[in-house]
Amino acid sequence: MKEQKHIKRRFILSAVVAVILILIAIFSHQLAPHDPYQTNAALIRKAPSMEYLFGTDNLGRCVFSRVLYGAKTTIFATFFLVAISFVIGTIAGMICGYYGGIADNILMRLADLMLAFPQMVVAIAVAGILGGGLMGAMIALGITMWTSFARLARSHTLSIKKAPYITASKLAGKGGAYILCVHVLPNILEPVLISALTQIGTTMIGISGLSFLGLGVVAPEAEWGSMISEARAYIQIAPWAVLYPAAATIITIVVFNYLGDAMMEYRNRH
Amino acid sequence: MKKQIAIRVIELILLLIVLSLLTFALMYIAPGDPAEKRLSSQGVAVTREVLQAERERMGLLRPFFVRYGEWFVGILHGDFGISFKDDLPVAPKLWNGLQNTIVLAMGSLLLSLLVSVPVGIFSAVKRNSMFDHIARILSFVGNSLPNFLISVLLMYFFCIQLDAFPIIATGSLQGLILPTLSLAIPMASRFTRQIRTEVATQMDEDYVVGLRLKGVKEHYILLRNVFHNSIGHIFTIVALQIGTLMGGSVVIETIFRWPGIGKLVMDSITARDYPVIMGFVLIMGTIYVGINLISDIVNRIIDPRVEW
Repeated sequence: MKEQKHIKRRFILSAVVAVILILIAIFSHQLAPHDPYQTNAALIRKAPSMEYLFGTDNLGRCVFSRVLYGAKTTIFATFFLVAISFVIGTIAGMICGYYGGIADNILMRLADLMLAFPQMVVAIAVAGILGGGLMGAMIALGITMWTSFARLARSHTLSIKKAPYITASKLAGKGGAYILCVHVLPNILEPVLISALTQIGTTMIGISGLSFLGLGVVAPEAEWGSMISEARAYIQIAPWAVLYPAAATIITIVVFNYLGDAMMEYRNRH
Repeated sequence: MKKQIAIRVIELILLLIVLSLLTFALMYIAPGDPAEKRLSSQGVAVTREVLQAERERMGLLRPFFVRYGEWFVGILHGDFGISFKDDLPVAPKLWNGLQNTIVLAMGSLLLSLLVSVPVGIFSAVKRNSMFDHIARILSFVGNSLPNFLISVLLMYFFCIQLDAFPIIATGSLQGLILPTLSLAIPMASRFTRQIRTEVATQMDEDYVVGLRLKGVKEHYILLRNVFHNSIGHIFTIVALQIGTLMGGSVVIETIFRWPGIGKLVMDSITARDYPVIMGFVLIMGTIYVGINLISDIVNRIIDPRVEW
């Protein structure tokens, strides 16, 4: 009982921090004290001060504002990618699991194929070929990502396919689409949704990693990975331009991973 | 058993053929014209005639399946084609890079295992102890750190603040320490977490309780039974991490300028040198699939109950 409470507290705590981070990302444009794209030759590589909380970078841009704008890019790109993969994967998995047949065979083989190769290798190659850009990076990561949701949704659909309430619904003359939406989806949603939650941290690592390599978000767009990559060249002179975006990245990933973990554990107890 | 291995090998070959086709198709539809890139990087004034002649010379104008067929047959002979960038054969470039990458990857894999196996097991045995808590926190944070961040931070503290290591990792053994660490930290964290879970699950099994009741010593149960039963899982965990290791080494090699296959592919992406990128994907895919097949076979040998 005590442990239950402990897990619940962990979950609520991490959820609150996550919501705060999301709010910061949403309102980053209002919160930023300066224009993150405004260069200023007089303010190059200034150390953190009251005016510029995180200092300025090589072009005299406000690092604090750029970190805030970067939150929006990184967090929303991640959410968008996870959401799209989740929707595509869940629909594909449900249809495959429920109907079976040739479509199931083909789609699952495809998923096997995607799963058979290292995700980051595929992502680097695909993003590289597509020539960079946030969209390219998201496609590159999404190609392999949807398959894990599809597999999960499929296996859960298979396990409830023969349940009496589904059979009853069939006997009542309901169509496949109706049964999938009304009976199957609500019953498989929870495990797939939790899996989506645990993928947020990894996806964030992937997107910022690709941006760091120059295969994702491109300069001057503010994104943590590309900011770190850019400022790395003059880290000796202006370490703050690297350390603050680095801290932001670490905190965000840790919070979302912690939330995913807590959620997993919470569910395992029930 | 032999028959099953044969089936798996045939499956693997089919998988690789499909992969090669997909890789090739991707290059085919990719935006950007390698002939133009090449000409402009050589400083040639690009006119329509020159461009067309260059495309012809590079073999870009022939039909898809002819090009794919030639490429595929070449690979069977160990020939990965000619680089678009400098007209040198791709295979030796890939091979040299791969050797350097293997040095780096094996080093960090070994380091990760040396840390994570004892820590993971000890954590599981002394559950909820001080040691366990610290190990869990550290491995959780380590698991959340992207490779590129670790290497930038390590570089900052060790090369700049302490001036203890060279920044660029070309050659010397000392230069290998930071890249190895950068790859090993997240991997060791992941291993520690997974090994802890695995061993903890085993410790809760009935046979452990049974052995305890029979009076068998704890360390004896741990080494002879629990470890024996976990080793197959640990093997799978390691095999599955090879993929992450490959992706990570691209990042790390680029940062530390280690002349491995990952740095080679990043340079080739910038230059749109498709034969190198295709070779990279195919080689990495083959190694990954091969290692996972071997791990399945080993698992099967260790534990005959494992289904294929």
